[in-house]
Amino acid sequence: MGSLPDSDQTAALDRGPGKPRILLLGLNHQTAPVALRECLAFSPEETEAALDALSHRPCVREALLLSTCNRVEVLVTCDDPARTIAELESFISEFKHLPIEDFRSALYRHVDNDAVRHLFRVASSLDSMVVGEPQILGQIKAAYGAATHLRTSGVILNRLLHRTFFVAKRIRTETGIGDHAVSISYAAIELARKIFGSLEGRRVLLIGAGEMAELAVEHLIRHRAGEILVANRTFAHGVALAQRFGGQAIRFEEIDQHLTKVDIIISSTGASGFVVVPAQVSAVLRHRRNRPLFFIDIAVPRDIDPRINRLPNVYVYDIDDLKGVVEENIQDRQQEALKAERIIDEAVLRFSRWRQSLEVVPTIVALHRKLELIAEAEIRKTLQGGEEALDEAALQRMASAMINKFLHDPTRFLKSDGYHGNRQELLDLIRRLFDLDAR
Amino acid sequence: MQILTLATIAAYLLSTAGYLAFLFLQRRALRQAALALLGLGFVAHTVLLAAGVIESGHLPVHNLHGTLLVAGWAVTGVFLIIYGRYRLQVLGVYAASLVLALLIAASLCPGAPAADKTIFNSFWLISHIVAVFLGDAALALACGIGILYLLQENTIKTKHHGFFFRRLPSLDRLDAAGYACIATGFALLTIGLVTGFVYARAVWGRFWSADPKEIWSVITWLIYAALLHQRLTVGWRGRRSAVMAIVGFAMVLFTFFGVNFMLKGHHGVFTGQ
Repeated sequence: MGSLPDSDQTAALDRGPGKPRILLLGLNHQTAPVALRECLAFSPEETEAALDALSHRPCVREALLLSTCNRVEVLVTCDDPARTIAELESFISEFKHLPIEDFRSALYRHVDNDAVRHLFRVASSLDSMVVGEPQILGQIKAAYGAATHLRTSGVILNRLLHRTFFVAKRIRTETGIGDHAVSISYAAIELARKIFGSLEGRRVLLIGAGEMAELAVEHLIRHRAGEILVANRTFAHGVALAQRFGGQAIRFEEIDQHLTKVDIIISSTGASGFVVVPAQVSAVLRHRRNRPLFFIDIAVPRDIDPRINRLPNVYVYDIDDLKGVVEENIQDRQQEALKAERIIDEAVLRFSRWRQSLEVVPTIVALHRKLELIAEAEIRKTLQGGEEALDEAALQRMASAMINKFLHDPTRFLKSDGYHGNRQELLDLIRRLFDLDAR
Repeated sequence: MQILTLATIAAYLLSTAGYLAFLFLQRRALRQAALALLGLGFVAHTVLLAAGVIESGHLPVHNLHGTLLVAGWAVTGVFLIIYGRYRLQVLGVYAASLVLALLIAASLCPGAPAADKTIFNSFWLISHIVAVFLGDAALALACGIGILYLLQENTIKTKHHGFFFRRLPSLDRLDAAGYACIATGFALLTIGLVTGFVYARAVWGRFWSADPKEIWSVITWLIYAALLHQRLTVGWRGRRSAVMAIVGFAMVLFTFFGVNFMLKGHHGVFTGQ
């Protein structure tokens, strides 16, 4: 679609509804280090503010913002991709107070089919750090939820996202990409087992909350870990989480004194600075009698000062480090990923056809073609009766059959509940479409 | 006798090859075969030593050939015990190749018969020899485990999970096995020293004669004593413990061989010098 040149004629026709282009701009764990990603990550509140601001930009029609620990992506529809790219870059720069030069080289920009393909791949977890990990789909759903909530998504993105969810689901059920599901949290457990051997009875401290961190705790419980402590800035949240894990909530200020007792610390807070620094840990090493201590830092920005890793018998893994652990498994999934890519190819093609159908000229052509086919079929049917039977009554019958067939689909559509939106608006549109109220 | 020696060496050689292949290919069958061959080698080795004892009437530790032969036997035996307890598969690579090296070295050394020395037959001396050899074997394995620990710790610390991460056991298991080896080795070393002193008193009339081997043995003993003390009091473990196990074993090697070749003393009797 993106390859079709804009002729003057279509450009003229495109006034009004226009011919929207899909543009995706972003960076991920492969193009940007964690240090950059943590600068550009959008919290849920920031996402809403950013979406709101984006939708007021003149060149942006629809917008969706996806921000996870591994990627920040902006998906928009627009008229002029080149201009919009520049505009989005300066928007990010202004919003995050970061010079464009700092992140421009890490950005990828996909237009139309490439953008669609990228989104399908991301949602199907083909672009994830751990190919096949299931969390990304939920994150995209949440991002789409925010966009619908703020009404920044329209016809194109609604359709695109629904297709995306469908494709991701299909890939999950039809390929083995999610088998032996490993994720960052699972990779962390594998590491813990290389440090501690058996995890039985090991005490766990969860700082903060978050899907990935909670998943890791659940894995640990399944490996019969010992006591689970939960520290949260909001004590009530901590209590609720602790209840879920059958553990105990502690206050944030108590973390220091519990460092002497726990073995595994999973941190996932939204804090902008480090939550645990080397001095805190080196102070407890002697009390711990040098028993190993394993920090799993899932937060972006990071919670655990990486210098802690230099202390004896203490190991710190941040989200990028965990990437290294799981890379080996990716190879096992390459074969399955190939199958998934085929499904995506097919889906991209279908979506591209749908987008083409949205344009004025092809729609007119298709409309003509449909009516011509109906007319042709009815004429042939009437002529079958022989020339002698070709009287006025026969022609009447033919005409009313044609009218019925022409109107069959529109009538069914009008009577059904299968469309979204306002019925009054739709009826108004149809009356105007056929000029029913002219006289 | 010659055939038995060759059979033992062949079994150890194949076992080493099997363990090396297992290290790279990670096939279960390879490590089972390697272990079986090591066991087979140990049986042949035991028969070989028993035949030697019956023939000469005393433990064959009067020359380097015999010493190495007994040392190899002790390492295999202690490894099999440790393996039964901790299932450290990769340690087989270290143990099998160490034993193979000891046996090849032994077969290259002349096996000159010792002049008839009745001093070899004494309860204290036999206890001394058995305890020292088994203790040194345990400490040799502790050194191997220490090396494995450092390798694994390094992969985890530096986060480059390459060749070793999947192949080596967990740090906890390595540390526990290493500790067990050191504790056992230390206990045996202590017994060896005490029985040695008692025997010295019986033969030379004094416990301590400032013999170089005595001095270095005591230094070695002190190193391990310090290591264990630190572990029990302040919880020295992991990397530091592994490094100490390697340093300690270097001292053992020096005491075992270095002193014989470089320094003179009454232990020369036992190595034909």
